[in-house]
Amino acid sequence: MTQTKHIKTLNNANLKESAVKGGCGECQASCQSACKTSCTVANQKCEK
Amino acid sequence: MIHKYKLNGYNIVLDVNSGAVHIVDDLTYEILDYLDENMTKSLPDILADKLSDKYNIDDIKAIYEELYNLFEMGQLFSSDDYEQFSDMMVKAPVKAMCLNIAHDCNLRCEYCFASKGGYGGHRMLMPFEVGKKAIDFLIEHSGTRHNLELDFFGGEPLMNFDVVKQVVEYARSIEKQHNKNFRFTITTNGLLLTDDKIEFINKEMSNVVLSLDGRKNINDKLRLTLNNKGSYDAIIPKYQKLVASRGDKDYYVRGTFTKHNLDFTKDVLHMRELGFTQLSIEPVVSDPMLDFSIKQEDLPRVFEEYERLANTIIECKKNKNNFNFFHFMIDLEQGPCAIKRLRGCGCGNEYIAVTPEGDIYPCHQFVGNENYKMGNLNDGTFNTDMKEMFAKSNVYTKSDCRNCWAKFYCSGGCNANNFQYEGDILKSHKTSCELEKKRLECAIMIKAAMADFNADTNNNSVCDREDCFAECK
Ligand code: SF4
Ligand code: SF4
Ligand code: SF4
Repeated sequence: MTQTKHIKTLNNANLKESAVKGGCGECQASCQSACKTSCTVANQKCEK
Repeated sequence: MIHKYKLNGYNIVLDVNSGAVHIVDDLTYEILDYLDENMTKSLPDILADKLSDKYNIDDIKAIYEELYNLFEMGQLFSSDDYEQFSDMMVKAPVKAMCLNIAHDCNLRCEYCFASKGGYGGHRMLMPFEVGKKAIDFLIEHSGTRHNLELDFFGGEPLMNFDVVKQVVEYARSIEKQHNKNFRFTITTNGLLLTDDKIEFINKEMSNVVLSLDGRKNINDKLRLTLNNKGSYDAIIPKYQKLVASRGDKDYYVRGTFTKHNLDFTKDVLHMRELGFTQLSIEPVVSDPMLDFSIKQEDLPRVFEEYERLANTIIECKKNKNNFNFFHFMIDLEQGPCAIKRLRGCGCGNEYIAVTPEGDIYPCHQFVGNENYKMGNLNDGTFNTDMKEMFAKSNVYTKSDCRNCWAKFYCSGGCNANNFQYEGDILKSHKTSCELEKKRLECAIMIKAAMADFNADTNNNSVCDREDCFAECK
């Protein structure tokens, strides 16, 4: 978290970095629908 | 692209392409209305023109400088450079399977998408031979992927538990020689749980999903046994037993909310009260003609309830009554890589469903739709053109998703819902989108609230909610 006078940033943004070494496909498949325990992809664990 | 919104006293700004989340003051929030991807080092004239009557120009300048810094660091109005990766998964191997071990069920839940377990066809249990072929298929089609997932699904999988056990034993007997690691999961309505089954599940299944809609009267209204009785009393003790002996392995108690319980926060709290800590309640997705369906006009009420639930979760977290509500969980720091986020479930490509007859479909929700049959395990057919068609569905090929702020969290939604309600897997189902976006807004707000709370050194909180059970009071 970083804070300046008017803005507090909650996280270290890292999506760009993640693209560089990502895509290995080892993580869980994540059904998004309500009939399984769906989830937003964003709470999945990366296996790397 | 940014998405900004006010919720619960927070002004929240999400920088879509980097994933950065900023909490800003009111003037900063207003200034952002006038800015876009084309930021320049010097203060744009428009800010002075529009805002200097109302606000001190030095404040405006100072804020602009802070914003420009973020822009320079790639945390504000950052660019979307991910489309180049969108075809990366097209040749991906199959790594996950939904094994419909039983097309039959011992409940008749009103909202069942699988036509009460039978998927619109005849009721059938999967023979072991088909299960065995499914394991062989997954090993053969998974290339170099090490972790393979297999979800026992139905219908009700416990109605065919002997075959579940045989399939697990078979997979375990050959996984090492193929350098694979099977992760089994199972979804059950609980009626047939026994001590033996609980022991097996807790040993072999990396996750178990226990269906329950919450309060007894809510659960028993739609989750009916074959003789039209409610299922609550029969399943609760079994679930409690299973969870008590599960150690720290994953499980979810999951429910469906419908128009009948738009006050579903109470159902979440009820699940917590029963001793469960891993919870999920999700909106029913059903034909709008049915009386329990969530329709467009119900959304304001659902949103209000999501906010109430989010506030309840904050209150509980502050009071160390910890539980996870699956839908509001979001990892702002790590999370999956951007490439994974371009497509959600991987259905029809990395993920497939297999029926008791050995038919292959893109996922459990396509089962029974002949146009989407991908092949059959018995005759060895597998339609790779269809696989490729599904592989190419991603947030850039779905026109609504391309410009949606939620795309890297939602990842393009559910292809099956799109097909069922919009007639096209690439056409987003509006109601689902709105629900998803509201959940994300709540999830991020919870992070903001907890960051505040944790930053405060005398952060003692006393919960005074009256609609809650008394544990933490
Ligand atoms: S395991 Fe991690 S890096 Fe690999 S695809 Fe999944 S999220 Fe991306
Ligand atoms: S919310 Fe809807 S439009 Fe946005 S990414 Fe998800 S499915 Fe696509
Ligand atoms: S298409 Fe929908 S139901 Fe099927 S796996 Fe994907 S998210 Fe789940």
